[in-house]
Order: sequence, then structure tokens, then C-alpha cells
Amino acid sequence: MELQPYLLLSAITFVIGVVGVLSRRNAIIVFMSIELMLNSVNLSLVAFSAFLGDVTGQMLVFFAMTVAAAEAAIGLAIIISMFRNKQTVNIDDINILKW
Amino acid sequence: MDSHAVATGALYGYRNQKSSSTNNFFESSVTLETFLFYTLGAVSVGSALMMVTRRSPVMSALYLILNFFALGGLYLSLHAQFIAFIQILVYAGAIMVLFVFVIMLLNLGDEKKLNERFSWKKIVGAGLSFGVLMELIFVFAFSKANLPPSHFEKATDIGTVENIGMQLFTTFLFPFEVTSVLLLAAIVGAVVLAKKKLN
Repeated sequence: MELQPYLLLSAITFVIGVVGVLSRRNAIIVFMSIELMLNSVNLSLVAFSAFLGDVTGQMLVFFAMTVAAAEAAIGLAIIISMFRNKQTVNIDDINILKW
Repeated sequence: MDSHAVATGALYGYRNQKSSSTNNFFESSVTLETFLFYTLGAVSVGSALMMVTRRSPVMSALYLILNFFALGGLYLSLHAQFIAFIQILVYAGAIMVLFVFVIMLLNLGDEKKLNERFSWKKIVGAGLSFGVLMELIFVFAFSKANLPPSHFEKATDIGTVENIGMQLFTTFLFPFEVTSVLLLAAIVGAVVLAKKKLN
């Protein structure tokens, strides 16, 4: 098994996540697309780790997962408080920070 | 060493065992890891596409869970056992339960109200994403980067719980401790943000 197929799979999944972030209006689905992008990068890290015989890539994935868990908790709390204020999760309607 | 060579290489032991016998499916041209890669890769890409295109957030969340399971299988086939199980436990377990819980809590109801309309922004976004994909494929498939020789067959025991734990508490001890502060900050932040009123 070669390294390239894993990197290509990672690239394809990452781009699907980018399309999700750019085209969906539901804040929760945008957030899930970000998780998808994080996971595709994790896949390429694990693939490099396996093919280089080095454990550092897997350690980086471990810390990335910790950060992703913290990010999910904070992001969903932000979505809840946004929904409480504006009764919507449509990111086109949430523009209170727009100058 | 031998004991966890057995534990880690359960997947590969199976293949080696099979390839020593005479006529079987995996011996011909398709090895087990190639077969697993293409199956799980197809599940992963398919579920990612379904996740992005579904209207209902609950369906999206369920397809994302399927995608995480497929990725866990890929990690397992890359000799990263610990990461594979953490993937299932933390991502498919904890994080996605949080997502589904928030979706249920907000009770978004009819998706038509979100007005996911077609606009020129989406075309520009899709075009840019396609450009990124082509660039990545070009870099990965046709670049002349000098990759070092593959350790894939030899280094089968780097992803065991024993090895990861050893690294975590020696080389990566400081980041590991900082992580606990990060999680504490996340807990406090989530409570403060999701609270109805601050006092």
C-alpha cells in the first residue's frame, strides 16, 4: 500500500468539508463540516506517521482531537446562545458583528 | 514485543496467514489492506457527501458518525490502534452526542425556513473548492517530492497504547499537561456562554 492514496482520500474529504462550509447556511452543518476537515487532516497525519515509522504524527492527532473536543463544546455553546438571542441558526441572519 | 506484535497485527496476521495458504481472494492481486482502504475510503467519501447535502441536521450528524467510523477503520489499517479507538470513543461517541443533543435542543423544525437558496456565492465557492482539490491532487499525485522509504510493513507497533502512553508521559508531557488547562478553559467557557443570564 502506498502513501499517495491516503493523501488523496484526505484531500477529497477536506474539499468536501470546504464545500460544506462555503455552501450551507445552517450553522450546525457548517460546524460539522469543520469537524470533517479536521478529521481529514488527522487522516493524513496518521498516514504519514505510519509510513515514516514515527509516532509524532499520532501524538499530534491526539492533541488535535483534544482541541476539537474543546472547540465543539465552545462552538455549540455559542450556537445555543446565538439561537437564544435571534431564534435562528441561519448564518446569513447572524451578522451582528458586521461593521 | 511478541505479545503485542500478535495484538497489533491481528489484521495483518490474518492476511499473512491467508497468503500462506493456497487459493484465496486476497492473495491474487488485492491485499487485505488495499481492499479495506478502498471500501472504507468509499464509505468515507460517500458519507461525507451525504453529510454536506442532507437538509436535515440530524441526518447530517448521522452520516458524519458513519464517516468517523470509516476513518476509525482506516486508522486501524494504518497500525494506529490507539488513535482508532480514541476516534470512535471521542469523536463518534462524545462529540457527536453533543451535536445531536444540541440539534434536538434547538428543535429547528422545518428546514425550509432556513432558506438554503441557490446563489452566485455557491458557484464561486464550489469553483474555489474544485480549484483547491485539483491543486491538492496535483501536489500529492504528481509532485517529485523525495519521500523517505516506507516503514509501513516494519513499524507495526508504534501505535499501540503502550508506545503512545510512553511517549505521552515522557516526550510530550508538557503539551499533555497544557491540554488539561485547555479543557478546563473550555468547560468554563461553555458554561458561561450557554448560561441564560450571567448573574
